[in-house]
Amino acid sequence: MAPYYPWLGIFFLGCYHGINPAMGWLFAVAIGLQERSGAAVLRSIVPLTLGHIASVGAVVLVTVVAAAQLPHSAVRIGAAAILLAFGIARLVRVRHPRWVGMRVGFWGLALWSLLMSSAHGAGLMLVPFVTAAHGAADAMGMPMPAAPQYGAGVAMVALHTLGYAIATLGIAMAVYVRFGVSFLRTAWFNVDLIWAAALIVSGLVTLLL
Amino acid sequence: MLLKPDPTFYASAKDAMKAPPETLAYVALLSATGNGSSDAIAVVGTDAESNAFAKEVGRVDLPNTGDELHHFGWNACSAALCPFAPRPHVERRYLIVPGLRSSRIHVIDTKPDPSQPHIVRVIEPEEIVAKAGYTRPHTVHCGPDAIYISALGNAAGDGPGGIFMLDCDTFDVLGAWEADRGPQYLAYDFWWHLTQDVMITSEWGTPNMIESGLNPNLLLEGKYGHQLHFWDLRSRRHVQAFDLGAEQQMVLELRPSHDPAKAYGFAGVVVSLKDLSSSIWLWHRENGNWDVRKVIEIPAEPADPAQLPDMLKGFSAVPPLLSDIDLSLDDKYLYASCWGTGEMRQYDVSDPFNPKLVGSVHIGGIVRRAPHPNNPSKPLAGGPQMVEISRDGRRVYFTNSLYRAWDDQFYPDGVGSWMVKLDVAEDGAIGFDPKFFVEFDPAHRVHQVRLQGGDASSDSYCYS
Repeated sequence: MAPYYPWLGIFFLGCYHGINPAMGWLFAVAIGLQERSGAAVLRSIVPLTLGHIASVGAVVLVTVVAAAQLPHSAVRIGAAAILLAFGIARLVRVRHPRWVGMRVGFWGLALWSLLMSSAHGAGLMLVPFVTAAHGAADAMGMPMPAAPQYGAGVAMVALHTLGYAIATLGIAMAVYVRFGVSFLRTAWFNVDLIWAAALIVSGLVTLLL
Repeated sequence: MLLKPDPTFYASAKDAMKAPPETLAYVALLSATGNGSSDAIAVVGTDAESNAFAKEVGRVDLPNTGDELHHFGWNACSAALCPFAPRPHVERRYLIVPGLRSSRIHVIDTKPDPSQPHIVRVIEPEEIVAKAGYTRPHTVHCGPDAIYISALGNAAGDGPGGIFMLDCDTFDVLGAWEADRGPQYLAYDFWWHLTQDVMITSEWGTPNMIESGLNPNLLLEGKYGHQLHFWDLRSRRHVQAFDLGAEQQMVLELRPSHDPAKAYGFAGVVVSLKDLSSSIWLWHRENGNWDVRKVIEIPAEPADPAQLPDMLKGFSAVPPLLSDIDLSLDDKYLYASCWGTGEMRQYDVSDPFNPKLVGSVHIGGIVRRAPHPNNPSKPLAGGPQMVEISRDGRRVYFTNSLYRAWDDQFYPDGVGSWMVKLDVAEDGAIGFDPKFFVEFDPAHRVHQVRLQGGDASSDSYCYS
């Protein structure tokens, strides 16, 4: 496996999160339509991205610390169990965060993004990448437990966020300027199902790596 | 769980106007006597090409008696596409049907066969009282995060009335909605400007003020509702009360603009104590504050006291008794039911500040007793009441019963039980469909109509 593959994966996972209408681009479009302003769409991307960083960053941080403190097998199995349980729970019954209101302001929008990303388990999907990197270090015979790999964690979150922000910004502007929202009713595939499947696959991958 | 959004969800009201014509209507039937027979939801064919057109094709009888069906709504609607709480893959499938007198709520499944719905859950009044403290559930709106239901009062039949919520998926009662109700005490209808975080509520009376009939003493003292309330939808706090004046008795139906970028709407008032007129008021935002003004006044018509019920004999006039209004999805036409005079009015409200009366038909009425073209020799009792517009704006359905105890006061010789339809021409001209006159069995009266797939008062839209 080429060493840049996991980094590509992390980037595209960010794009994948950004494509989901429930992760923010649609909210940005709606704010733009309400205020009749493309600038309002652009302005919304910043808080949306901050919220996503907070949600994903928290999960990555916990995983990085755990990976340094606990035996690799324990981290692996624990992370896999959480991913599988979360994925199956989302298959069985999708709970949507209860949120009302569109006049939310900068921090309100960031909080919304944080809640939505967390409720969808966005950060959990990065866990296999963290544990895989750690597992590779383990296999190379580096001393365990090692110091937490904060640098690698930050790099992962940054790359992931870049993918998220590019997708969110690109889709929001394309929809606002050009396409309009009418297509949603036919094109909005049930990403919740794919999302649940992605969580389960991540869990299985974590177990195997 | 669907793989694509429910096909009846539309991002905007403009899109929803392109929806295919409805083929079925659901109609609330209430027992005419209030004891003995149970209420029901009837299914009426509305496809002109079908043999079932203008016929009752199905019915679901309720398991208890004394419910008194009134208004009802869908479990989910286009609000599910709202960006802040998207859940586009739920189905518009269940009718949420409250009993206004029993406080029981029925969840009725319209699938797999939409013409043969069946009850899947009954929420007993005890659960609603225990979890929300309310009784007499009335208006149902599918919100982005929950099903919202207004309620007229508490377990003792007094106020305050308010709003409570049901879980979107389980239909469990989640509790009362208000965090701070301020001076609000009376309740009736509610709706919102969803993308502006604004809730609006109106006022009728507490259960004790209405259930044994319209109380003339309370009415003449101006004790029925005469205020509009504005709320912050997010914080659930009362923001502003707007008093239309104590002589404006009973502020009932609320019809906000369907375009979420606009900030105005219409409220109907049943009767003015000054001259028995009815009126329609416009609320709108002016420099950040809400302002309300009267934009339509419908006068009472002089009448021979001999033709009037006891309550009206002294006035020698028949009041229009505006009972329902409905706004087409393009925010262009407002329909106004004058239940007393037997008239359905159509206003062009393209300029909401200056409505123009552009259409009118007569049917029933306390004095007029106008017939339907289907049988021009048969005088009809009751009058235009619950009115529903198809999504494309080309068909308008209405029924003729107001509220059982009040029907008996204004139509003491019997209110009848009929449903009719207007066709709306390309240029907006209205006229009765002579083939659509549905008369229900005499043991039942008819109230709200809901159209399959949605109508002009069932959905909220988050995009312009």
